[in-house]
Amino acid sequence: MSSAIPPAPGAPAPRAPAAGAAPAGAAPAGAPVGAGDLLRIAGLKVEFRSMRGVVKALDGVNLSVAPREILGLVGESGCGKSVTGFAVLGLLPRPIARYTDGEIVFRGEDLLGKSEHEMRALRGKVISMVFQDPLASLNPVFTVGEQISRVVRLHRGVSGGPAREMTREALAATGLPPTDEILQSYPHQLSGGMRQRACMAMAISCGSELLIADEPTTALDVTIQAQILKLLLRLREERGVAQVLITHNVGVAAQTCDRVAVMYAGTVVEQGPTARVMKHPYHPYTIALYECLPQGKRAAELHTIPGSVPDLIDPPPGCRYHPRCPRAMDVCTTVKPAPTPVAEGHWVSCHDVARRLAAPVHEVAP
Amino acid sequence: MTPLLAVDDLTVHFRIRRGFARRSADVVHAVDGVSFAIDHGHTLALVGESGSGKTTVAETVMQLTRATAGTVAFDGRDLTTLSGRERRALRQRVQIVFQDPYSSLDPRMTVHDLVAEPLRAHRRLSGRELERRILELLEMAGLGTQHLWRRPHEFSGGQCQRIAIARALALEPELVVLDEPTSALDVSVQARILVLLQELKERLGLAYLFIAHDLAVVESMADEAAVMYLGQIVERGPAAQVLRRPRHPYTAALLASVPSPDPDQRHGLKVLEGDVPSAVHPPAGCRFHPRCAFRMAVCETAAPEHRAIEGAGSRACHLPDETVFGLDGKPVGGPVG
Repeated sequence: MSSAIPPAPGAPAPRAPAAGAAPAGAAPAGAPVGAGDLLRIAGLKVEFRSMRGVVKALDGVNLSVAPREILGLVGESGCGKSVTGFAVLGLLPRPIARYTDGEIVFRGEDLLGKSEHEMRALRGKVISMVFQDPLASLNPVFTVGEQISRVVRLHRGVSGGPAREMTREALAATGLPPTDEILQSYPHQLSGGMRQRACMAMAISCGSELLIADEPTTALDVTIQAQILKLLLRLREERGVAQVLITHNVGVAAQTCDRVAVMYAGTVVEQGPTARVMKHPYHPYTIALYECLPQGKRAAELHTIPGSVPDLIDPPPGCRYHPRCPRAMDVCTTVKPAPTPVAEGHWVSCHDVARRLAAPVHEVAP
Repeated sequence: MTPLLAVDDLTVHFRIRRGFARRSADVVHAVDGVSFAIDHGHTLALVGESGSGKTTVAETVMQLTRATAGTVAFDGRDLTTLSGRERRALRQRVQIVFQDPYSSLDPRMTVHDLVAEPLRAHRRLSGRELERRILELLEMAGLGTQHLWRRPHEFSGGQCQRIAIARALALEPELVVLDEPTSALDVSVQARILVLLQELKERLGLAYLFIAHDLAVVESMADEAAVMYLGQIVERGPAAQVLRRPRHPYTAALLASVPSPDPDQRHGLKVLEGDVPSAVHPPAGCRFHPRCAFRMAVCETAAPEHRAIEGAGSRACHLPDETVFGLDGKPVGGPVG
């Protein structure tokens, strides 16, 4: 019991939580949540029925977004980041999708308890979403102007001149010239970057407080991606729009997000301020993900993760990452790790990290 | 020594018919005067955004698209003028791996048949010899006997790309064209495919023409890099030089647009204004001038010639020869700014 466990390679030496951090004893049950949050997701579990069986897509997701904050949801395909975004807006197809546990609280109200009618009043007005493929999310047979003004007319109850004015204002806010030429174009007449701006104009036209952006730049070229990311930052500066930015691109998250949550196989494995998580990752998956990045390395030196992402119909018991984890212990195969604070606002769900954090305390205690 | 592949002044124009009864025709200038060479065992990366013409170059090298002008010489012989029989023989030595493995592999064929197809058609292998070669190729690509009788839909994207690689290597090519081979894959899967490609290159002495838009991937794979914009190469040279000390404003802007995974390096996402212009009516003079932060009067009228960069490589730009850009997109040390 006395010898300290050496830190794993690649991980910085674990530090005890800062004095001001949330009390370590109250860790489980929706831990990484602060007061005054705009959005709080606690213990969310979502399942899908499929031909092959029940897909356990989300397994206890805990997240929070403060007003004016940009939270990055980072992870690889199938980790549940998009499902989380869809769940907030109640867009998962019922009854195929079932929310089996947890809550989604927006401004103190539980969204899961709301009727479809009540959700419709929220969507596009206070919470909006933009998607990866703007061509698929715009209606090809209506002009861009018509589609944006429809949202304005529905949610703001205006028509005619005021509706046109609000439409132009929304377009201008996304950096598109609010000219008749743009308003009267059909989606196919615009470039990919312009289409995504039009989608964003629709999303913010009614003063949304929260924008869920699901891979908004993945279909775009890198120079256009930079323009759209800059726009996301500007929307926060000028209009105070809080955002959940869903991305597989660590660079995109690093450049835009205040905090990031790293997801793996339906769970949030690590969450905290962007600079902390990216410069001092604790979770073995976050560390491995970073080492896979080709930045500044020759291909022969690239690190790889053994095995593949688990089938969520029959996910591994305990920690879902344990079959691929170099630091897996017996406990990892049976018990799901709870979020443990490693620094102020930085939470990691890993038995090994929790054990190494606990070790020095035991040394001091007796 | 002749290079393995020498592309000289390659031009590919497509005519698209439009208007009433499709009587008028527009010309898409997909590739305009592109030249580069790849030596045995080397990797050249063609970098650029959508619409820059990099895939058209790859298709022309594969002779899937006909060149309007210019030559594509493989091992000293021009593919564009060869007869059908000779071209088929040469083409066995050049293979391609496409971006989307699900659409480039026949969904009704098993892995066994997918890999056997080129061996049966070109090498006339059969029986035990065929089976031995199939297993050898699968093993090379990191697959095994348990995968033999499955079909593409049973595999993940990364595994499908391995099947495509095994198939491409079946005829022992000397040059493999990799058209965005990892763009559809997650980073952890991408890393494994990149490692595999690098191993195969060293083991088999392959040369790669690597088409990519991800500059970090290019830097990890390429010996040399050529940056394309609107159908033309604007800069080329050793990969480390092009991607670390860019000399063309477009290369610099492209590099500065890549979001760095290091949160400490938030140099405020350098933004290049506007979209890529239409290839039907490319801008006069330098094609990049409408978006260039350093444009001068001459750029609007005269197309810049490729001039050699001191040491290695070349660049097509009117800026003074000594101009070098930093990774934040700003010129360093040069007289511009």
